[in-house]
Amino acid sequence: MKILVVEDEPEMLDNMVRSLEEEKYVVETATTFDAASEKIHFYQYDCILLDISLPDGSGLVILEELKKLNATQGVIIVSAKDAVDDKVAGLNLGADDYLPKPFHMAELHARVKSVLRRRKFKGNLFLELNNLKVDPNERTVYVDGELLTLNRKEYDILLYFISNKNRLVSKTALGEHVWGDQIDEADSFDFIYSQIKNLRKKLKEYGAQLEIQAIYGIGYKLLVS
Amino acid sequence: MKLLNHTISYLAAILFVVVTGWAALLYYNLLDEIYDSLDDGLENYKILIMERVEQDSTVLQRHSFGEFNYAIKPVSGAKVFSHTDVYTDTLMFMENEQDMEPVRMLKTVFEHNGSYYELRVINTMVETDDLIADLMYSIFWLYLGLLAVILVLNNFLLKKTWEPFYKLVHQLRKFKLEKQEQVTFEETTVDEFRELNQAVAKLIQNSTDTYLSQKHFIENASHELQTPLAISLNKLELLVEENNLTEEQLRLLSGAINNLERMARLNKSLLLLSKIENRQFIAEEEVSINKLTKTLLDDFEAQAAYKEVSITLHEEEECRLQMNPDLATVLLTNLIKNAIVHNHHNGAVTVSIKAHQLTIENTGDKNALDENRMFSRFNKSIKNDGSTGLGLPIVKAIADLYNFRVQYAFDEVHKLTVYFQVPAR
Repeated sequence: MKILVVEDEPEMLDNMVRSLEEEKYVVETATTFDAASEKIHFYQYDCILLDISLPDGSGLVILEELKKLNATQGVIIVSAKDAVDDKVAGLNLGADDYLPKPFHMAELHARVKSVLRRRKFKGNLFLELNNLKVDPNERTVYVDGELLTLNRKEYDILLYFISNKNRLVSKTALGEHVWGDQIDEADSFDFIYSQIKNLRKKLKEYGAQLEIQAIYGIGYKLLVS
Repeated sequence: MKLLNHTISYLAAILFVVVTGWAALLYYNLLDEIYDSLDDGLENYKILIMERVEQDSTVLQRHSFGEFNYAIKPVSGAKVFSHTDVYTDTLMFMENEQDMEPVRMLKTVFEHNGSYYELRVINTMVETDDLIADLMYSIFWLYLGLLAVILVLNNFLLKKTWEPFYKLVHQLRKFKLEKQEQVTFEETTVDEFRELNQAVAKLIQNSTDTYLSQKHFIENASHELQTPLAISLNKLELLVEENNLTEEQLRLLSGAINNLERMARLNKSLLLLSKIENRQFIAEEEVSINKLTKTLLDDFEAQAAYKEVSITLHEEEECRLQMNPDLATVLLTNLIKNAIVHNHHNGAVTVSIKAHQLTIENTGDKNALDENRMFSRFNKSIKNDGSTGLGLPIVKAIADLYNFRVQYAFDEVHKLTVYFQVPAR
């Protein structure tokens, strides 16, 4: 899987590249509009992370060029602007998703995976993890072929963990992802603990071969051997 | 006291002094002129009588006034030379008035055939007390008349002249910096008003500019903070993912991450507030408050369950509003979140929806909140470490934007009511 990261802030770029490389993606970078424009004309990517505000041009123009090229990759707009107009314009120009800064790395991975799934496999992909099988279209989970009944939130938590397997997921990132942006006002994410407890209980009951490990004070990690 | 009445009271005092002084002057001048003319008449009469005496000596026998206006009596030598013409005021009994009335009398001495006679000629006089009374009476009416005219002039002419001033004051009273309304100035030919208008226009312009630049500063600052915050947070996340950290190191890192996240939340809320106040949420559509409330309550279910807070929803009527859907969500989220967070274990939250109002009640602190301070930014009247202190200010900002009214009441439970239609006053 090849990913292009277009970002002018070097530190931000470094963070994203390091984190994505851990997931074994091939990561290329562009820090200016010109460099990005050149790359999309010469190479093919599976996913592009695109910063809207570049020093020498707008990321929205890159989107227009991509549309002209009839390229098939997924595009996620990454922006500090958090402006509704940018979001709407970006999505109208064919972007798949919009991720406002600041974001959690776990959220980035979840979005990238979701885009790759949709684009590359047209969504017809079962996620398989040891004896666990997830059907994202039907939102169903099977353990050894047996249907595991999860409520909406539990399913979202599990999918998020799977997107970030063997990676730390902070309580905040999880809370924001599963309960939506407004939950970040919730001041305390302690309530997530009880949700995780229920999920763990169900996974154990059905004998799923994965473990949700608590990382002190920060969050959780899905351990898959 | 109005400026108009101020001038009138001064004018009344000044007029009183002027009119009274003028009346006194008039009185003395008038009297002087009357005396002058009376005395002339008496002198003329005297000459006529003395001519008469030359022709008819019986006249000398008129010792008392009787029906005539003069009396003559002989006098002895001693008095003769000490006397010249003397005019005096005296009183005489008048048959018609049946009273003593003032008369003007000329007393003189003349010689006839070697004998000396005293001649007294009289003429009826102005009754000064009547004159004063008449004068006072006229002056009183003149005074009242003048005041009435001034009052009328003030009320009609001056009011018309002052109209631009009152219109300006009326607008300034309603002027609110944050609403960015335009103040319109009346055309006026009065220099003072024109200067006032210019001064006010300049003041408003300066204040508005300062206000806007401050607002934009907050917005820009929040904006610029986003990237460094994102970088720092992500760096720490990458560090935590290095699997070789001790628990103590993780504890320190978790502290740093939690505080950075809190800062990011704070920053986001500030940005949101700025955007609401800058009216950057434009798109409106019909929002079903009932439906939205149900969705949000569902989202908060886990949190409520964790705190063991029971939530009840009373949908008494259907409430539909024309507003920005994002802001509707933010508004309700903040209200619900507030009710859950500032609650105690085993507490309760009740949400009631009517056609034009939403009430949210929650148990919690045993004391009422300060209604004046609860909507101001960073007012942490309630101790809660994770709170941004911006939840209710955001509610207020959205309410202000759409002219909703938010009312707080405390009756064992805290009760916040949002009136979506401000009742006509």
